[in-house]
Amino acid sequence: MWALLWKDVLLEWRTKERLSSLFVLAFLMLLIFVFALSPEQTRRPDIGAAMLWITLVFAGMLSLQRGFLLEQERGCLSGVLLTPIDPSAVFLAKFLGNALFLLMVEAFVTPITLLLLGITWTPMLLLLPVVELLGIIGFSALGTLFSAIAVRTRAREVLLPIMLLPLLIPLLIAAVQLTSALLAGEAWPDVWLRVLLAFDVIFVVTGWFIFRHVVQE
Amino acid sequence: MKKLAPFVDHLLPWLTCIAMLAALSMIFLYVPNEQQQGLPQRIFYFHLPIALNTYLGFFIVAGASASYLWQGERFSDLLAQAAAELGMVFCTLVILTGALWARPIWGVWWTWDPRLTMVVILWTIYAAYLLLRMFAGDTEQTARYAAVLGIVGVLEIPILHVATRLWRGIHPKVDTMAPEMMWTLLVSMGAFLLLFCWLLWLRVRNLSQREEIAILRRTVFLSSEPEGIA
Repeated sequence: MWALLWKDVLLEWRTKERLSSLFVLAFLMLLIFVFALSPEQTRRPDIGAAMLWITLVFAGMLSLQRGFLLEQERGCLSGVLLTPIDPSAVFLAKFLGNALFLLMVEAFVTPITLLLLGITWTPMLLLLPVVELLGIIGFSALGTLFSAIAVRTRAREVLLPIMLLPLLIPLLIAAVQLTSALLAGEAWPDVWLRVLLAFDVIFVVTGWFIFRHVVQE
Repeated sequence: MKKLAPFVDHLLPWLTCIAMLAALSMIFLYVPNEQQQGLPQRIFYFHLPIALNTYLGFFIVAGASASYLWQGERFSDLLAQAAAELGMVFCTLVILTGALWARPIWGVWWTWDPRLTMVVILWTIYAAYLLLRMFAGDTEQTARYAAVLGIVGVLEIPILHVATRLWRGIHPKVDTMAPEMMWTLLVSMGAFLLLFCWLLWLRVRNLSQREEIAILRRTVFLSSEPEGIA
């Protein structure tokens, strides 16, 4: 499993294709938001939370598509699955890899968003990476599962968001609520954190159990 | 399934017809007007049973999907597909009947109440499920992919329920009901449940016959091929 994860990271390190394109894309999305919204709106914490998460979701979707496409093009995944590795381990490796890429994108997007929004620094903001990490875990779990499905169908570019977006709605509601509270410097809405945690646990476990049925030939 | 066929074929349509007629006459002739909402409230006797069918469809999809993944029976896959199609129809109807009721009562066609939000999200999940089946072709792999989506979809229900509820809420709660209303509701629920079963039965049979035809065609084709070449 670690070897698989290492392979993905190494591949990216050598080419830097995925991350560099994701960085530029995320930056462009933030710019588009700034142009689409009025100046007063871009200073509101709730809009900031929306910008952050919409950027992350769409960047994440593209990242997922690249990830499994690479495997599919050369038939690598079938090769990996021919070896006597548990498919669940493949899931975990892919899931961690996807989460890692998204974390890097997030590490790049968050400071820029905070700057654009002119958010004043509060110690509460230290919790923002925690929320982002939890959101990314849930996103990557479902994303890994469904990108493995979408990549083997026709119209995969359309099908991935169509399958993934409705399933991500509870995650998004919770993450946006938490983020906008943090950005506004308000009290921490505890329930949403529990919703987010529950989502992560349910879908990481589901993905781990069900992935073998997806990749089975 | 084969043994049950003649029985279900003859009985179910009649039962559904009778129950539906009874429900209709009760809704329009028997049950009294609700005090505050008046006439528009009668759509509730359609709305609630349809909503229950939407959820029923979801759970049948999930159950059949799970059984397909673990046992690999073709029938489960057909059942899941038929239930998803029906669920989609009832989900659309629930949104439409809800909108018709909301317009005179709430003054708007649509609002972001938790149950409305939930139903519209379920609609998108059903849509994704059917599109996946459409795009992935008619293979054994597709059946497995659809089953995965069916299972993940039903796991979303509890968490969506909590999330949409915490988000906002104005849906009317039914506290007390006159006995006439209760009976009307029950009969209507029964009628819609029968309708669901009947349609599900027709669709599953239709799908399995389609598959039989495909298999027959293949065998005929294969057996006639050598002569064709000669």
